[in-house]
Amino acid sequence: MALEERDPITGYMTTGHEWNGIKELNTPVPRIVYVFLILNTTIGLIYWLLMPALPLGTTYTKGLLGYDERAAVHRDLTSAAAARAPWHDALDRQDFSALAADDKAMKDIREAGRLLFGQNCAACHGVEAKGNAGFPNLAAGALNWGDSPEAIQETIRVGVNSAHPDTRTAQMPAFGQDGILSRNDVMAVISYVHDLSISGITASGLAHPDGAKVFSAQCSACHGADARGNSDLGAPNLTDTTWLYGGDLATIFETVWYGRQGRMPTWESRLGARNVKLLAAYIADLRKRRP
Amino acid sequence: MISNLTTGERRGALLILLVMTLVGLFFAAAGRGDPIAVHGALIMVAAIALAFPIMARLYDPEPPAERFDTYYDDPSKVGIILTFVWAAFAMFVGDWVAWLLVEPTWTTSGAWSSFGRIRPVHTTGVIFGFGGNGLIATSFYVMQRTSRVRLPDQLSPWFVLIGYNLFCVLAVTGYMLGITQSKEYAEPEWYADLWLVIVWVVYFILYMRTLARREEPHIYVANWYYMAFILVVAMLHIVNNLAVPVSFLSAKSFSLFSGVQDALTEWWYGHNAVAFFLTAGFLGMMYYYLPIRAGRPIFSYRMSIISFWGITFMYMWVGSHHLHHTALPQWVQTLGMTFSLVLIVPSWASAANALLTLNGAWHKVRDDATLRFMMIAAVFYGLTTFEGSFMAIRSVNALSHYTDWTVGHVHAGALGWVAMITFGALYASIPWLWKRERMYSPALVEVHFWLALSGTAIYVFALWNAGIIQGLMWRTYTENGNLAYTFLDSVVAMRPYYIARAIGGLLFLLGALAGCLNLYLTIRYAAPATDTASLKPLRDELNDAATLPAE
Repeated sequence: MALEERDPITGYMTTGHEWNGIKELNTPVPRIVYVFLILNTTIGLIYWLLMPALPLGTTYTKGLLGYDERAAVHRDLTSAAAARAPWHDALDRQDFSALAADDKAMKDIREAGRLLFGQNCAACHGVEAKGNAGFPNLAAGALNWGDSPEAIQETIRVGVNSAHPDTRTAQMPAFGQDGILSRNDVMAVISYVHDLSISGITASGLAHPDGAKVFSAQCSACHGADARGNSDLGAPNLTDTTWLYGGDLATIFETVWYGRQGRMPTWESRLGARNVKLLAAYIADLRKRRP
Repeated sequence: MISNLTTGERRGALLILLVMTLVGLFFAAAGRGDPIAVHGALIMVAAIALAFPIMARLYDPEPPAERFDTYYDDPSKVGIILTFVWAAFAMFVGDWVAWLLVEPTWTTSGAWSSFGRIRPVHTTGVIFGFGGNGLIATSFYVMQRTSRVRLPDQLSPWFVLIGYNLFCVLAVTGYMLGITQSKEYAEPEWYADLWLVIVWVVYFILYMRTLARREEPHIYVANWYYMAFILVVAMLHIVNNLAVPVSFLSAKSFSLFSGVQDALTEWWYGHNAVAFFLTAGFLGMMYYYLPIRAGRPIFSYRMSIISFWGITFMYMWVGSHHLHHTALPQWVQTLGMTFSLVLIVPSWASAANALLTLNGAWHKVRDDATLRFMMIAAVFYGLTTFEGSFMAIRSVNALSHYTDWTVGHVHAGALGWVAMITFGALYASIPWLWKRERMYSPALVEVHFWLALSGTAIYVFALWNAGIIQGLMWRTYTENGNLAYTFLDSVVAMRPYYIARAIGGLLFLLGALAGCLNLYLTIRYAAPATDTASLKPLRDELNDAATLPAE
């Protein structure tokens, strides 16, 4: 029953088979298919000759061009480093105050710093460095560990409560949870702390005498008798309007009751000394430009 | 439907369900504290729920002997309904995920609905749920017609269809529970993988038995593609999922491969899943439904042969183009790239064979949205395979890798080729299977076509732009040797394109929902067929063939 017939539209013969009404034409494969098959195969074979292509036991054919991707990456990295060398030198040579006065250097630092900050810091501190709850605003306001460029550089280098051996360590104890203070004492001291930045230390002390008493017994060791904090310990100034976690009563309660052990990673090994310095100069500049 | 099974088949089904109930009970009871217990309970409940209707009809009389005069189409009908159900579910999840990229808060606070869990629900749902059910349903239909023989038994097609859907359900519920082996497109864990192996071997044997009993002297080309799909997917699935479970009562397992070997095995699997699941299987679909709907002979038998062998041979090598510029040795990347370059030839020959088949039937393409679905599918197949070979070139890949261009490329193939050919094939099959004159609403098919085409175009154009912009932003340097943009800059720049993509996806989803509605209306209300020429029972065809006069 294999009966070939001529298809009236294309003029080709069928193969003579039929499946559920489907027939096939015996059209020869168009020449262009063979042309491209040979062309593409030839391109492939030439590429095999020129580039690393075929396995030979423990090695492989290296190709006539001798192209090595590892070497190519090294070349690219070397030429990129050469392009950065002039302003890298300026960055390495000068201290922060000299850098701040060097307009050319600051222009480069702003360009490279924006990128470094965006890739590494923005996830927590925000693209514009304005911070999030638990992550300080770097563009304005007080910084717990000091806001000189040198202090910022050190904070970036070792981190806070990080794995670095020289890490900055800040532990706000869990006064309520660990039973250091009674509930009444906690309620008293949070009212006192809450009003410090609103009505000032004297007025707040008059309004909340019990809180002031608890504060001087328990909190002043780190935050100071004047509650202005201590940047050597990372203890924040409680009399200003900068709050890391929040200055409302509920958040202050949470901070005092459960404590705070915020973390910042160490960047020394990831970024290297030069980029840490660059970031510190970038942030110091940011603070100057956006007071 | 159950009354159509023989008493022996009903007993066999009950036995299988009993074993499944016991296995499910074992995992549910012994796997306490592990998410595998949830899946044990799910398997048990599903098996018991299926057992009730069978038990209710266990003592029904044997089905009449006339059944041997007809094709066995019940599993195809259920498979087509399941295809539409998966399409609606998985495309909805896909568009949800797309909107999450625009506005990350548009989800619940539950871990199950986080982006990382529902993205694989979408990919598994569309590829395996929608695509796989479409392939299984149409393969049962096509292999019987082109072999002119009824399925060899009535139990194994049900086992394949229901068992496969159980695998899909285990997969997507597993992701939402947090069960994954973190291999793209091979996320399900070891027990679901083992279950799929059993189902797939039964599928393979069923196909072989049908072909072995065929009444046609030759095997039609659609069946080669379906066979390649079934055979190679079994091989890929088994090798890539080789793993050691932490314990037999834990959902967690560890892959047998590690490091770059794991990456290469995964992409050997991943790209051949594209090749043999998303290409070969659907080419099988195309080779049956396109010529029959167009009423035209296949343009060139010879071209289908060289394309088939070209595709099956060349695809095996190209997976490494997913790992350009990585730790994979460069010579392996070279092989992946060069084989990809040659692969364009058989791919385009297949697309050309489909389009040239339409010569003499272009007026039908104009008037018939069902055939137009298939024509556009062939066009997108050609576009996507060209784009794929282009992106496999190392220097092009240096720009496109890790960008949304890749996602756009995948969707040009998935929406433009896989979904379009499937919808075309389903709209052709539904009236034939349910013995209707036509789909209840040809206008709704037309609406679906334009929604699908515009959705695909918007989606693909948006992500071409998105991907190229991303790639350029990531490689632009300033004069000082600094990168010009941060990664976050590129994320912000994606927003308008992500909105456009989500709108394109929404249009495509609406089209699929129109298809669901049309399916329901056709089954429920469409007029029965009067012209029975295309619905001729099997025996008549056998008689026709025996008495065919010499022409």
